[in-house]
Amino acid sequence: MSGSQPTTSGSPSNSPSTWAHPSGQPAAGAREEFLRGILAEIPLLLGVVPFGLIYGVIAIQSGLTPATAQAASAVVFAGSSQFVMSQLVAGGASGVVIVASIAAINLRHALYSASLAPHLAHLSAGWKALLAYLLTDEAYVVSIGHLEADGPRVHRHFFLLGAGLTLWASWQASTALGLFAGARLPQSWSLDFTLPLMFIALVVPQLKDRAAIAAALVAGGLAVALRGLPLGLGVLLAAVAGILAATPLERGEA
Amino acid sequence: MSLGLTLLAAGIATYLTRLSFIALAHRGTAPAWIIRPLRLVPAAVLSALVLPAVLAPQGMVQLWPLSPRALAGMVAVLVAWKTRSILLTLVVGMSVLWLAGLLLPG
Repeated sequence: MSGSQPTTSGSPSNSPSTWAHPSGQPAAGAREEFLRGILAEIPLLLGVVPFGLIYGVIAIQSGLTPATAQAASAVVFAGSSQFVMSQLVAGGASGVVIVASIAAINLRHALYSASLAPHLAHLSAGWKALLAYLLTDEAYVVSIGHLEADGPRVHRHFFLLGAGLTLWASWQASTALGLFAGARLPQSWSLDFTLPLMFIALVVPQLKDRAAIAAALVAGGLAVALRGLPLGLGVLLAAVAGILAATPLERGEA
Repeated sequence: MSLGLTLLAAGIATYLTRLSFIALAHRGTAPAWIIRPLRLVPAAVLSALVLPAVLAPQGMVQLWPLSPRALAGMVAVLVAWKTRSILLTLVVGMSVLWLAGLLLPG
C-alpha cells in the first residue's frame, strides 16, 4: 500500500473538486483515473441500458407509480432486485417479504465489498460511504483489475468513482426512458437477455488460470442446482462455495 | 408498511451490504489468506449469476433440445473467449437468440 505517499484527498468534500479543478501533478492523476473509469464503464452500458429500459416497463406494468419506480433506481440501485420488487408488488407481497427478498438478492455485494476493502482501506469515511453506494456488479468488475494492478495507487479510487457514476447516471436515465417511452418495446425481442450476455463477456476474460476456472464451474453449477432456494441465496451460497473450493488451487500460482 | 418505507428499508439493507467490509477495513495490508480467495470473487459471482439465467431461464434446465437461450449463451462464451469484446458478444448472442427463437421449437 502507498501509505507513505502524499495525498491531497483529506476529506470527501474537497477531494472531488481536486479533479474538477486540477492544480499540479496529483490532481491531474485523479482526473485521469476518473476519465479512465468512465471509459472502462461505457462498453457495459450496452448491456445495462436495455435492462434499465425493461425495468421501467415492468415497473409500470406491475402497478408502481413512475416516481416510486424511479426512486427505487436511486435508493436500491440494484437491477435484478428491482425486477423482483416489481413482481412482488404486483403479486401483493407484504413489505417484510419485499425487504427480505431484496436484501437476500443483494447479499452478493458483500463479496464485492470484501474484495475492494483492502484497496479502499486508506480512504476517509466519506469516500468509503460514497464508493459503497456506487458499488454494483458492473462498477466492481471493471475496477477490480485496475485496483489490484501494481504501481502507484494514490488516485486509483477515482477510477472506481468514474465507473460507478457512469453506471449510476445510465441506470437512472434508462429507468426514466423505460418508464415513459418503453411500453413499445416488444417482449419478443428478449432484451432482458442482454444482461446475462454482458456478464458472459465480463467473466470469460477472468478465466485465465485453474483456480478461476474451478471457481466459475463450481459456482455456476451450484447456482443452477440451488436455483430453487429463496431469491438470491442460491447465487450467494454457490459463489462462496466456488471461491472456497478453488482457493487451494491458487497456492503455487503467482 | 407503505411502499415508500419498504423501499427505504430495502435501500438501507442493500447499502449496508455494500458498505460492510469497506467500512471495516483499516489502513494496512490485509494478510494473504484473506486476499487470495477474494481474487476469485468476479469469476465465481458472475458465473453464479449467468448459468441459471442461461440454462434455466424458466426454472427448468433444458439441455435437449437446446433452448434458444442456452444455445445463444454457449455461442456468446465462444465469442467472448475469442474476441474479448462486449459489443461482439452482445450482438452475436442476441442474433443467435433471435434466429434460434425463429427456428427452434419452444
